[in-house]
Amino acid sequence: MITGYARRKITNAAALVLSACAAALGLFFLFYILADVLRHGIMSINLKLFTLDAAPPMMAGAEGGLRQAFAGQLMLTGGAVLIGVPLGILGGTFLAEYGRFSKIGRFISGLSDITVSMPSIIIGTFIYSILVKPFGGFNGWAGAAALAVIMLPIVIRTTEEMMRLVPWTTREAAFALGAPYYKVITQVVWRGAAAGIFTGILLSVARVAGETAPLLFTSFNNNFLTFDMSGPMPSLTVTIYQYAASPYEEWVKLAWAASFVITLFILIINILGRQFIKWRYKN
Amino acid sequence: MDAKRTRAVNGVFSGVTFLSSFTVIMAVLGIFACLCLESAPAVREYGFFRFITETRWDYAENVFGGFRPLAGTVLTSAGALLIAVPVAIGIAVFITELCPSFLKGSISMAIELLAAIPSIIYGMWGLFTFAPLIENTLQKWIGGTFGQIPFIGSFFSAQYAGGVSIFTASLVLSIMIVPYIASIARDTFSQTPAILKESAYGIGATKWEVIRDVVMPYCKTGTNSGIIIAAGRALGETMAIAYVIGNRHGPLNSLFDPYTTITSVLANEFNEASGLHMSSLFLLAFILFIANFATLTAAKIYIRKKVNR
Repeated sequence: MITGYARRKITNAAALVLSACAAALGLFFLFYILADVLRHGIMSINLKLFTLDAAPPMMAGAEGGLRQAFAGQLMLTGGAVLIGVPLGILGGTFLAEYGRFSKIGRFISGLSDITVSMPSIIIGTFIYSILVKPFGGFNGWAGAAALAVIMLPIVIRTTEEMMRLVPWTTREAAFALGAPYYKVITQVVWRGAAAGIFTGILLSVARVAGETAPLLFTSFNNNFLTFDMSGPMPSLTVTIYQYAASPYEEWVKLAWAASFVITLFILIINILGRQFIKWRYKN
Repeated sequence: MDAKRTRAVNGVFSGVTFLSSFTVIMAVLGIFACLCLESAPAVREYGFFRFITETRWDYAENVFGGFRPLAGTVLTSAGALLIAVPVAIGIAVFITELCPSFLKGSISMAIELLAAIPSIIYGMWGLFTFAPLIENTLQKWIGGTFGQIPFIGSFFSAQYAGGVSIFTASLVLSIMIVPYIASIARDTFSQTPAILKESAYGIGATKWEVIRDVVMPYCKTGTNSGIIIAAGRALGETMAIAYVIGNRHGPLNSLFDPYTTITSVLANEFNEASGLHMSSLFLLAFILFIANFATLTAAKIYIRKKVNR
């Protein structure tokens, strides 16, 4: 006969064991996915991956790499940083300083939060209709713009948060020396928040580096090295998508290799960035 | 520098920062306007309600109905939430109540890293490793047991090979959204005032009773908003779904049938589409945009209302 107290003890134990199982399940899938990418990707990692362009499949003795995709990815991401970061830092500055008590400031801040979660494929269709269709073809600028639209709200919100962490009394100290507001912002607040903003930018770069959907309809893909942003640009992610679906074994291997590189890059930035923020803002 | 010039520079600087932040509004308005314009031909051809109830998606007849992609999006998201919510809350309970403090940081970060892994990596893993695994284990087992039940048995038996199905898609999606719910639930759980918990322990409640009757009700707002945000994410998830859903425009007769979602049909067909087909795809994108935007706005308003009270 199980008494009320014993039953409560059993329920308690069962619930706690289940919650531990949930945590174990989460960790299991993280390591399962990482191990899988490592297992498939590590074999195809060699110098040729970075120094050779893609070779046509099924050609006897042809050796191929993904140099064109690495170069394209760097240019697309670089373009996105050039557009998204200045706009994001300035915009976040408005939200944290000039517009901090205004209705419009709060509205933009809330809208940015919503935009952070917007499906990236929608941003792809949007950029397609303003930057691809009117210009008659896929181009690298459109890809960079799509990534910039994804970056913008992330950078805006991080900048705002980091600038708000700078104590108001610090600004007052600068005001008391007679500094105008813009000087207080650029020489005091930005300096105080620089480490946090920089980390936020790195994390947003890691986020867009793994984006595929917005590039499908904008920069598309090709299989040769190009530095011309007005034509289709290869990228690691779209290359993964196309190669993984191809019937050629060589291409599937390259897709895994690219997956490995991109996952490693994103994990390292995320782990270092988060640790740094935790350490910097502990107090 | 005289005061006049200083004031002018300050004015210009504040103006520039304002315009920069205004680009967010411009982008959202731009997306709304573009999707509206581009989807207009499809709306004119079918009308909105006929479009969302039309099941055919036929290139030969040039008829494009949104019912199946819409249903696919709703079903995969609902299935993913059904699995992810209890798991994520379990993770949050474990981290806040059970985990030894030296492990707390690393386990939290590991769970959050699940959200940092790119969608396309989930797709690669899902297609080449997870889908075949599901086909040989869960799918076989469910088909072998529930598949024998008369009338509803066919719903549990597989007709297609490869393991790509609406079931696999929901599972992969659930792994992807767990971190969003878990991290928000963990943050709110850990903010429950100790005095509330201690008074419950004081009258003899067990740990689970404290969690169920004190912590969870106290954290309802936070957890619910985490779930809504995760739902928004699930609706718009693209690449992983495009790999594991199978992209099939056909009736859904079984849990293990390949199917289609708004995002997977966009990823697969957008670049080859033109005319009415293209416009129909834009209409699907527009519906997804509105659904995602409404979901996340609801989460924002919900939090604000609860916090103000």
